[in-house]
Amino acid sequence: MTDHTTTPPIQDTQFSVLSALLCNPMGCIGFILVALFFFVALFADFLAPYDPNTINILSKLQGPGLDHLLGTDQLGRDTLSRLIFGARIALYVAAVSIGCAVVIGVVFGAIAGYGAKWLDAIIMTLFDMMRSYPVIMFALAVVAVFGPSQATIIATIIVTATPTYGRLMRTQTLTLRQAEYVLSARALGLSTATILRRHIVPNTIGSILIVASMDVPFVIAVEASLSFLGLGIRPPTPSWGGMLNDGYIFIKNSPWLVVSAGIPLILVTIGFTYLGEQLRDILDPKLSQSK
Amino acid sequence: MLIYTGQRILLAFMIIMLAVATMFMMIHAVPGDPTNVILGPRATPEMKEALRARLHLDDPMINQLYYFFRGIMQGDFGYDLVSNRPVRDIVLEQFPHTLILVLSALAISAIGIPVGSSAALHPNGVFDRVVGVLSISIIAMPPIVVGLYLLVFFSVSLKWFPVIGAGDSNDWLNYAWHLVLPVLTIGLSWIGYISRVVRASMIEVLGDHHVAMARAFGLTERVITRRYALKIAVLPAITVMGVSVAFILSSAVITEIIFSRPGIGKLIYDSVVSRNYPLVMGAVLFSTIFIVAGATIADLVNAMLDPRARKDK
Repeated sequence: MTDHTTTPPIQDTQFSVLSALLCNPMGCIGFILVALFFFVALFADFLAPYDPNTINILSKLQGPGLDHLLGTDQLGRDTLSRLIFGARIALYVAAVSIGCAVVIGVVFGAIAGYGAKWLDAIIMTLFDMMRSYPVIMFALAVVAVFGPSQATIIATIIVTATPTYGRLMRTQTLTLRQAEYVLSARALGLSTATILRRHIVPNTIGSILIVASMDVPFVIAVEASLSFLGLGIRPPTPSWGGMLNDGYIFIKNSPWLVVSAGIPLILVTIGFTYLGEQLRDILDPKLSQSK
Repeated sequence: MLIYTGQRILLAFMIIMLAVATMFMMIHAVPGDPTNVILGPRATPEMKEALRARLHLDDPMINQLYYFFRGIMQGDFGYDLVSNRPVRDIVLEQFPHTLILVLSALAISAIGIPVGSSAALHPNGVFDRVVGVLSISIIAMPPIVVGLYLLVFFSVSLKWFPVIGAGDSNDWLNYAWHLVLPVLTIGLSWIGYISRVVRASMIEVLGDHHVAMARAFGLTERVITRRYALKIAVLPAITVMGVSVAFILSSAVITEIIFSRPGIGKLIYDSVVSRNYPLVMGAVLFSTIFIVAGATIADLVNAMLDPRARKDK
């Protein structure tokens, strides 16, 4: 959205990127929300007012109050504490699955972009195929065969997210392989692996990481959706999707549960999207135009 | 154009074939007898024997894949374990509900076209900034949250809209009434997305030579934007929609479950829960074919409108 503001191209220090980010209201909000998410996920043990799994039937389905800031669920468990611990699961699933998808995508994208043409064709067809599955349907099919578990979710997300990074990496590699410094590295007789590792990957990883950061809310939403369907994280482990499902079941009597359980998903989505958008505008003006 | 069409259809065919093979291998990747996987632990030996014969399980693997694939090509998606009806019939019964949902969502996403092009007329103006913040905020919002919040606020609290079901198919007003919240669940983020895409391409088009030419000829801004620029600026939005059929279908699955609407997503979910594998596989494959067809058609339409797209990306 700030395509036309006069942000000077920043290349030097990370400090100036951060200050440019924080001077922008959207970037600032995004940064704070994302930092908050990491903080809550890492320090859940200290932040949660109650144990997330302590059942207290006497105080079930309460609305927000002084004892329980966001109310309680159908078993009297504190909603706020469960949401705080749910952040940890969400972060774990997102970090592992996106991390693996980026690594696999970068490797295959580089091979497709730098290797032989037939290899490129095969890899691209595979990527196209992987992308043609709707994530949730694919996940449902996988769960139908392998059963619901955290590992199933992570594997599904890796398969469906890899092509995005692979395609991006390939496009960037195709551009960079004609760059003068790459041509001279080749002329010097450096091996393909060295050229990829030293010259191509470091120059593309920035934009890939920006795309990855914008993928975080999407991945968290997929995890939440599957857990909502009862096909992801198994209860009693607190997950945002599972809590949405608890709320959905009791939506008539206690609409509060759904509303509270949706808040962290909204905050995380807004946080990562704002942060990603602003980072993209600051670091990579080219990417912001092509999208 | 003919060569490009041929290439594109061949690619689509290959993608579907690979998807079928993956699906096939997934069933066979599970340790143990595939008949156990498909029929579950309560199956009798006779049932297993019948299924073995029907799926050619005693043949070599490559022949099995061939039979499986030939079945799909002939429109045979297997048989439902519960009712023993052809999976194809069940899928075709449910599919129109999903199609209506998806098409209505796409239709309301067209609101993004005037919004985005108006925003592009004054980049960084107040309207542009407000639309920018709103659209960025809504684009990535997961359908599960949007759907549940709409349900809580408009159905449960305000009681403006029905809570569950698709309504009476014979009473179109009732049916449309049931459609409003599900369509918004999918469509809201698309309004945001389309407005962003149209805004970006509109800004680009307005800077083009032919627009400068039109200005030089003394045409009014109104005529220029409405009659010339908008037509070109809308193209990327069409491409984006075509490519995103898969994504929209994913949202439709969640939406159908939240609002208990009949449709292919609900069908797949219900059959996953009841472990009705042939129905899951058949419905997922059918959706894949639909998605690949959608993406291919969007590509071809795009290539027809813009010859530059015919060259390999």
